[in-house]
Amino acid sequence: MTQFIELTINGLSLGSIYALIAFGFVLVYKATGIINFAHGSILLLGAYVAARTQADIGFWPAMLLGAASAATLAALVDVFIMRRLRGTEPNSLAILTLGIDIVIATDLIRRIGPDIFTSGAPWGSEVARVGDYVIPETRIAAASIAILIISAFFLAFRYSDWGVAMRAAATDGRTAALMGIRLNRLAAGAWALAGALAAVAGVFFVSFPSPGVDNATGLSALAAIPAAVIGGLDSLIGALVGGLIIGLVATYCAGYQDELSFLGRGLGEIAPYTVMLIVLLFRPAGLFGSRSVTRV
Amino acid sequence: MSERLNSIPRAAAVGFLALAIVLALLPLTLNAFWLQTGLFSMAAAIAAIGLTILVGRAGQLSLGHAFFLAVGAYGYCYLAGGEEIPGVESPAGLELPPLLALFGAMLLAGVAGLIFSPIAGRLHGIYLGIASIGLVFLGQHIMFNAEAITGGFNGRDAVDFSLFGFSFSDGESRDDFGKLEKLWYLGLVLLALSAWVAHNIVRGRPGRALETLRDSEVAAATMGVDVHRARASAFMVSSMFAGLGGAFLALAYGRIVPETFGFVLSIEFLIIVVLGGLGSVNGAILGAIIVIGLPQVFTNYADSLPLVAESGSGGVGPTQLSRYIFGIAIIAVLLTARGGLAGITRMLRAKYAARRASPVPTPAP
Repeated sequence: MTQFIELTINGLSLGSIYALIAFGFVLVYKATGIINFAHGSILLLGAYVAARTQADIGFWPAMLLGAASAATLAALVDVFIMRRLRGTEPNSLAILTLGIDIVIATDLIRRIGPDIFTSGAPWGSEVARVGDYVIPETRIAAASIAILIISAFFLAFRYSDWGVAMRAAATDGRTAALMGIRLNRLAAGAWALAGALAAVAGVFFVSFPSPGVDNATGLSALAAIPAAVIGGLDSLIGALVGGLIIGLVATYCAGYQDELSFLGRGLGEIAPYTVMLIVLLFRPAGLFGSRSVTRV
Repeated sequence: MSERLNSIPRAAAVGFLALAIVLALLPLTLNAFWLQTGLFSMAAAIAAIGLTILVGRAGQLSLGHAFFLAVGAYGYCYLAGGEEIPGVESPAGLELPPLLALFGAMLLAGVAGLIFSPIAGRLHGIYLGIASIGLVFLGQHIMFNAEAITGGFNGRDAVDFSLFGFSFSDGESRDDFGKLEKLWYLGLVLLALSAWVAHNIVRGRPGRALETLRDSEVAAATMGVDVHRARASAFMVSSMFAGLGGAFLALAYGRIVPETFGFVLSIEFLIIVVLGGLGSVNGAILGAIIVIGLPQVFTNYADSLPLVAESGSGGVGPTQLSRYIFGIAIIAVLLTARGGLAGITRMLRAKYAARRASPVPTPAP
């Protein structure tokens, strides 16, 4: 039982990191109708910048710097590449983001090489003992910060002018444009925000118990795609729920590896995708996604 | 008969014949390195034809092509393999004749595509593309863990190809007419057959149905296209090409490991079909040659090329250089030349024809 509760807490905390990454997918999808496969390498950039600078300027400034650089890169990608192809059919746009991902990831992976850069998180490998349970402090920090960001996010989405504009644009872009909402600016903002969230998530993603930024970080962040899809690509609540589900499932599978050994080794890595396939089989637009209805 | 022959432009027929002769003679001059590269290109081309039909014609993004290649590759090894070697623990197999195993592998991949069709038929647009990523990871998990069939982490050997007792494997290459040369001809035949079948699918009724489906689901349904069935069968056909390509890849490698069939391979195939021009069969073949060949060219001539560094020395290695190029090429193709290489060729040909037809003679450049 102790193990179960520990795993649950760890899973929820990992899930909140995934939720932050999945938010980025949903934001970009809502604003521009694109599934952004370059998200993983944008996350990698943020985490890399933070990990390389933290020794000189400290952990928190480094994280801000990482978030700023990831946001800048994402906004540039939108303004200089994606904006030219607004309204093209989504498959080509998805492939386009794959092309962008290849370029960014190749460059970063070349720079990283075989090295591993620690995130320099002030908690290190400290663990907190709550009663009988042992929980890494990074995980507690990650969860608290994620909860803060996510709540701020929901409030902003609900009450701020920006949130109203976002929702209007996602519901009906043309009408929103006629009402004076600048779609291009909104889209660039969504990309930038997604990049910043990814960078913050990335820094926690590579903190303890993970050793640090290495050349596979971008690929392991891919597991946030199932999170976004399980929830439904156009639902923020969905991203949160999807992220938590993925975090829990991955952690349980890794934790109970011995009991689940008949399913093969490395179950934790593929569990997100299995859950995604099962969900899609029954709900083709995810748990909270809006179904597209065609009327003639 | 003669009418049909006349309908093919003579220049095209001559060009095709010349190409066939050149391809048939190439093994006499190429060394083992380039022969091997050629074999990989052929395998990739066969599989890419399937993907270009699926993505370009049917409008369904698939990031799961690597999975179907794996089914074909392991399918071939399983169906043809299984011979007991005393003292060596080897994965199980059915010991079928290789030709039968080759077609069996293709069918197996098609069945895998059909099994995926309850998902493929229902999902819309981008959701399908993402769902297919799941297949790749799931597939690799199975490959690593189903050791009795796949050999697990270490992979398994592919049984050499033979046809009615004629072995494709004796001779150790170069000196006599060796394994690689024979495989080259087998690959040419398989590729030609695949291209022919694909052209017929694309130009015929099914191709038109798929294109209507791509452009408007509603319109397709109104015209009597069974949307779910057409989607599912596009997936199946595409998987069969992938299966055949995968089986030939297994022959070309001689030994297959799960590592090969990862997400990166799926992306490589998307690069191939986008560079070649989405939906174009010839473009897919051309794309495969370029995407497989370019890294090999860089590797082989790393010393004499100014930009390329030895891999691991901190500079830009050959694989990395080609990845930069492919990434930028994809962006460039999608931003400026949506038709890819096939589109560019078409455009040049149209310009040439227009110049010939124009009443004012313009001096040839």
